[in-house]
Amino acid sequence: MGKTITEKIFEAHRRDTPSDNNVVLDIDVVMCHEITTPIAINDLEERGMDRVFDPARIKVVIDHVTPSKDTKTATQAKILRDWARRQHIKDFFDIGANGVCHALFPEKGFIRPGYTVIMGDSHTCTHGAFGAFAAGVGTTDLEVGILKGVCSFRLPETMKITITGSLGKGVFAKDVILRIIKELTVNGATDKVMEFCGPVVDGMSMEARMTLCNMAIEAGATCGVCLPDRVTAEYLWPFIQDEYKNIDEAVVDFRKWHSDGDAHYFSEKTFDVSTLPPQVTYGFKPDEVKDITEMAGTMIDQVYMGSCTNGRIEDLRAAAEVLKGRKIAGNVRAILSPATPKVYSQAMDEGLIKIFMDAGFCVTNPTCGACLGMSNGVLAAGEVCASTTNRNFNGRMGKGGMVHLMSPVSAAAAAVHGALVDPREML
Amino acid sequence: MKTFGGPVLFLDRSDINTDEIIPAKYLTENSKLALKPYILEDLKLPGFDPLRDTKGKGVVVTRSNFGCGSSREHAVWVFEVNDINVVIAESFARIFRQNMFNCGMLAIELPGQDIDALLSLGGKTTIAVDLDKETITARGAKEMTCKFALNSFDKDLVQAGGWLAYADKKY
Repeated sequence: MGKTITEKIFEAHRRDTPSDNNVVLDIDVVMCHEITTPIAINDLEERGMDRVFDPARIKVVIDHVTPSKDTKTATQAKILRDWARRQHIKDFFDIGANGVCHALFPEKGFIRPGYTVIMGDSHTCTHGAFGAFAAGVGTTDLEVGILKGVCSFRLPETMKITITGSLGKGVFAKDVILRIIKELTVNGATDKVMEFCGPVVDGMSMEARMTLCNMAIEAGATCGVCLPDRVTAEYLWPFIQDEYKNIDEAVVDFRKWHSDGDAHYFSEKTFDVSTLPPQVTYGFKPDEVKDITEMAGTMIDQVYMGSCTNGRIEDLRAAAEVLKGRKIAGNVRAILSPATPKVYSQAMDEGLIKIFMDAGFCVTNPTCGACLGMSNGVLAAGEVCASTTNRNFNGRMGKGGMVHLMSPVSAAAAAVHGALVDPREML
Repeated sequence: MKTFGGPVLFLDRSDINTDEIIPAKYLTENSKLALKPYILEDLKLPGFDPLRDTKGKGVVVTRSNFGCGSSREHAVWVFEVNDINVVIAESFARIFRQNMFNCGMLAIELPGQDIDALLSLGGKTTIAVDLDKETITARGAKEMTCKFALNSFDKDLVQAGGWLAYADKKY
């Protein structure tokens, strides 16, 4: 019997098998941010265990509330900053160099095919886009990861999600994943890995694959994963060029992780996206999804563009195409938070920031910010936001606020129109 | 070994998420105890008043996909500091379930019909958990006992007092 990519990664990292259903894996990368790590740091200190298993394999960023907004968030940042220094963690990203973790760390080349990755953040599943096993964990798992370099998992089964056809104009990875979550429901993939494959995924950039994998958790999945290929190798090339003679060699080497043809899957589903229109959420759960045409005319107060789902350069380029030469509607305020300094700087070089600003957007520094209602664009009760983020829970972006999730192009179109609208009318 | 059980808080809805259990704005606290007053603050259920209704409770009984959303262990700690150390549900989100066992607390899964029966017992129900026999006994409008199954590793974590204690000894 063949193996899936996840089974191969598990086999290569298995440290222990504490029961028939559980394995303890060696972890290649433990990532930390200032919301879920400080309590782990404090706890380790209190226990007299203030040490790390390997400073080179720990990556640290202040991203959720940055620059700090008050004494409490400043204290969290300080705990993380002091700890990174004390533990000689070289890859620590503070103001000026920081960005949204799941956009920043891939940019730095920290994630490779076949890796195991954990972070105290549910959207860690994003990194599966590189052919890694990447899972969000709680603070105790993170603490053990920091201390011992291991993490326990139940043996996950894999759902094979094949995406066929071709994406129409104005339709993106975000629309595809919203449609998939609608079909699977918010717990349809619990304890499963979602393996994305098929011609549409093969044709996607790493940015688009990250958007796809980012929202696997919204269907309950442990991780989303794409098979590493030439697109992966080209993205990673600046970081792996010492390891391979050329890109071809890397592409061939990456194939060792690919799922075998006779691998066993828990289930297999095919989505033909050829006729898929832009999608949008309408309720307080990420599986409450409709065609945007059904929601057209829904008035909005705010547009939020950014986050680990859709704050990358490709997202900004696509949105700028809609915004170029246009102004946001009078009833709308619009916020752009490029996900990383590199995205921000690239967007400036390409003239995208000017397009956003000329349209009436406020451009903020990279941060998680309003996505989880912590800063940078929190909603008042009764307000509605067209957002490129990943969660529409009740109160997520501010108590009493309503969040509609959509692609950057749909959000840009809504900004101009002042209400939800089919963005294809504006392309 | 600590005992598990107590008066029951019924939360009769599926997909109760971590933001409802503890909103993100409280994640800036650096102590577990500071979370105490914010338990279930954003959970909107008919007639539910978080502070009044969680007082004195030791067990939560709820429906499917409990704890979905964020990885925040704060969603477990906020129960812990309110002396609730058992959640019984039809199913859990993976990270929440793991966080419960990692903290030495119990996330017990029961079939939908058992959850229905528990929910029908009424507001003054108490539940006692027998970890060895893997049964819960509920006393409310009537008395009922349900069998549950715990993964042996999860049981080891509870008996060790959590994942850190377990892992520190073993790895």
